[in-house]
Amino acid sequence: MDIETFFQNQNNKKQLKILTCGSVDDGKSTLIGRLLFDSKNIYSDQLTQIKIESEKYGTQGKQIDLALLIDGLQAEREQGITIDVAYRYFETEKCKFIIADTPGHEEYTRNMVTGASNSDVGIILVDATKGILDQTKRHTFILSLLGIENIIVAVNKMDLINYDQKKFKDIISSFKKFSSEFKFNLQKFIPISALVGDNVFQKNSNINWYNEKSLIDELEEISLNESLEEEIFSLPIQFVNRSSSDFRGYSGTITSGKIKVNDEVHVLSSKEKVKIIKILTPKGESDFAVKEQAVTLTLDRAVDISRGELLCSVKNHNYFLSDQFASHIIWMNKEHMIPERNYIFKFINFQTIGKITDLVHKININSFEKIASKFLNLNEIGYAKVALNKNTIFNPYKNNKKLGSFVIIDQFNNQTVGAGVIEHELRRASNISWHQMSINKNLRSSINGQKPCVLWFTGLSGSGKSTIANIIEQKLHKLGKHTYLLDGDNVRHGLNKDLGFTDVDRVENIRRISEVSRLMVDAGLITIVSFISPFNSERKMARELLESDEFIEIYVDTSIEECEKRDPKGLYKKARSGKLKNFTGIDSNYEIPSSPEIVLETKIKSAEELADEVILYLKQYNKI
Amino acid sequence: MEIYQKQISMKLSHIEKLESESIHIIREVVAEFENPVMLYSIGKDSSVMLHLAQKAFYPNKIPFKLMHIDTTWKFKEMINFRDVTVKKYNLDLLVHINKEGVRNNINPISSGSKIHTDIMKTQSLIQALDKYKFDAAFGGARRDEEKSRAKERIFSFRDKKHRWDPKNQKPELWNLFNTNIDKDESVRVFPLSNWTEIDIWQYIYQENIPLVPLYFSKIRSVIRRNDMMIMVDDDRLKIRENEKIEQKKVRFRTLGCYPLTAAVESDATNVEEIIIELLESKYSERQGRLIDNDQIGSMEKKKQEGYF
Repeated sequence: MDIETFFQNQNNKKQLKILTCGSVDDGKSTLIGRLLFDSKNIYSDQLTQIKIESEKYGTQGKQIDLALLIDGLQAEREQGITIDVAYRYFETEKCKFIIADTPGHEEYTRNMVTGASNSDVGIILVDATKGILDQTKRHTFILSLLGIENIIVAVNKMDLINYDQKKFKDIISSFKKFSSEFKFNLQKFIPISALVGDNVFQKNSNINWYNEKSLIDELEEISLNESLEEEIFSLPIQFVNRSSSDFRGYSGTITSGKIKVNDEVHVLSSKEKVKIIKILTPKGESDFAVKEQAVTLTLDRAVDISRGELLCSVKNHNYFLSDQFASHIIWMNKEHMIPERNYIFKFINFQTIGKITDLVHKININSFEKIASKFLNLNEIGYAKVALNKNTIFNPYKNNKKLGSFVIIDQFNNQTVGAGVIEHELRRASNISWHQMSINKNLRSSINGQKPCVLWFTGLSGSGKSTIANIIEQKLHKLGKHTYLLDGDNVRHGLNKDLGFTDVDRVENIRRISEVSRLMVDAGLITIVSFISPFNSERKMARELLESDEFIEIYVDTSIEECEKRDPKGLYKKARSGKLKNFTGIDSNYEIPSSPEIVLETKIKSAEELADEVILYLKQYNKI
Repeated sequence: MEIYQKQISMKLSHIEKLESESIHIIREVVAEFENPVMLYSIGKDSSVMLHLAQKAFYPNKIPFKLMHIDTTWKFKEMINFRDVTVKKYNLDLLVHINKEGVRNNINPISSGSKIHTDIMKTQSLIQALDKYKFDAAFGGARRDEEKSRAKERIFSFRDKKHRWDPKNQKPELWNLFNTNIDKDESVRVFPLSNWTEIDIWQYIYQENIPLVPLYFSKIRSVIRRNDMMIMVDDDRLKIRENEKIEQKKVRFRTLGCYPLTAAVESDATNVEEIIIELLESKYSERQGRLIDNDQIGSMEKKKQEGYF
């Protein structure tokens, strides 16, 4: 063979990182062994050793147990299970594969997450004799959470069900049913037998009803989305290279887009613009560099850039400088996560102290239900708010996996205890300065003798919030006061019509309402907000946006039984029958305010009487 | 046409991706650790690792020292090559020898491979790491070499006694590396984790990386012992009565201590020929390493004790 042709072929091969996941006995190790064996990536001395070991530990009688090629650690060989993430390498004519092999047990969810974090494709093994298991659902969920866009569902052990097409189709349809919420770019189903080799490399006449590609053909044809044209350039600075006097270079690995000599880029934290003078790539000095290249750049002038900084395109970038964000978190340690405890958060090019301020919910990874919880246990996944002790640069995970991911490290024993993917930043507006206007809210509100404030009603659906709020507004109007009533249902028709009722959307709903109320208070209005607003943290967020005496929290105290009895919109009935998901008080949590300014007990007094109590409060505190 | 070519060149090849990944890892160590060292074994993987480190910090010098754990049983050509390389690139190299082991006449022939490897490699490495208080040590191991290596992290934690605990490894997600350790603890860092043997050779060819001549075939003096061809490098290898020195055209796929590393018959005299030979080979590179065959899982045991 001609060596240059060989290299050309090698260089044209695409690199594909795949993750195999499946339940304990679905045959993962056998499949990987089969892939290595059929792609002729096993040497004969290795085979000899496996033959010896097959006799000692094997489960396939006199046949070679291909799984033994894979189960690397002695402890595993003795127990016959895979206990950690192992990486395997094999290649075909078109592709260089790196396989992450991760175990199936629930207690090893963290290993699967680890494998998934570095993979482009997920192969989900399903045992044809067992069908879809909880583990299948869990693995599919994790792949989706970690942003894996391509999945292949390999229905294994077809030989044991006599290549029954109907059973295969049944498995497909039940897979589709539970996975309908997840968005994968590519989702394929292949009937295989890893043990015999059917449809792994070769198509097999045993499955003559299956006319699509074999597993390896399908893998080779997956195209990864690598269009750099649309991407924004980003380079997290990893290291400043300046040991000799006249050279000062900024090193790091490009996480998105491309860069050319003479391009202008932003130093994100200072917003300074700098020009690229020189680009040093692993291949030497170059006119340009692209995503995934480890580069060193020199700039047109000396600026203050250190590890942790981000260089990015000047226009249209969507990176944020913030100290708070919402994220999904996977807990990986035996000691459970503790909110408000300080941990080390490590990002691509820096680490800092921070804490999980608020666990919004955790997720049952077998049923995908959201459950209220105060903490996360080992292998649990939750949605949480994180506050860091300094402003940091980041981007949501869906935009940039490298910049949107982090690990959590225990600061006392240095264990990696968790990992997270950033969903969105909190306090989006922190980097925009507030315009100072000459007419302020005191001047605006003094015209009609009122002090602006927010009357924030909170309580269960049907507790009477809107009824009371409506009467209060009428009374204030009669007194000649300027008011505005923001009602939950009404706002959801317009401003917040893109939001649903998941916990995440509820948080965003309240955040927007809080911001709108702040503007209305600034306009001098007495603003009445009538929302369920079930979470303490969001009410706290709203309170913190205003001056201390401007936020009046009114808890409309009606028991769930009473609300359900009234059920003015028939919503409880729907929720009980399962037609309405995430309904507060039923399958979504309501956190009773700990110290509201006013409590209105609807069981004792009429709406009219309660409205008068609020008016009295406003008079006492000189609001009107 | 010009646009077409530009698009092609903008897509990184498999090797280019590996190259950048390794450079990223090397830089991360320098950014996060106070006293790193690169363990330099003189072999092909070490040569590639050294080459990548030079790229990572170009145009400056490598900002850490190299260290060679010399068992005193390395091939002469290896030591020559080491000294030439150090001079050529102006490297800071430490050479550590377990003097106690030398005093006790530990050697691979009469002490046996297990004891020799333990005292002159594992114990010697631990002595050196303690002596210089290195908090991070680069090694050139790859995951495709051996099954227990396949499970090791890129940043692999070692406790105060330099032990590896395979069941208690820190999860390694994305390319985020946990670099937090306590005093006297350390990490072994493997920048070549994801490279395969063929990747290494392709890179050596494309980058024209110099290697110890033992990798290339020529007529050498060998004896046959335990079905292996052992090169006669000096008179410390006593020829037994039933053995005779033969002149064979041989080379080495992997380099260790000379009586422990077997030669293979080969006609491959340059990198191209080695690659072609490799593609046609039916045997893995560790096949020539006696230490792996002592017992099932022997590499795993050695690693737990502190071996690379």
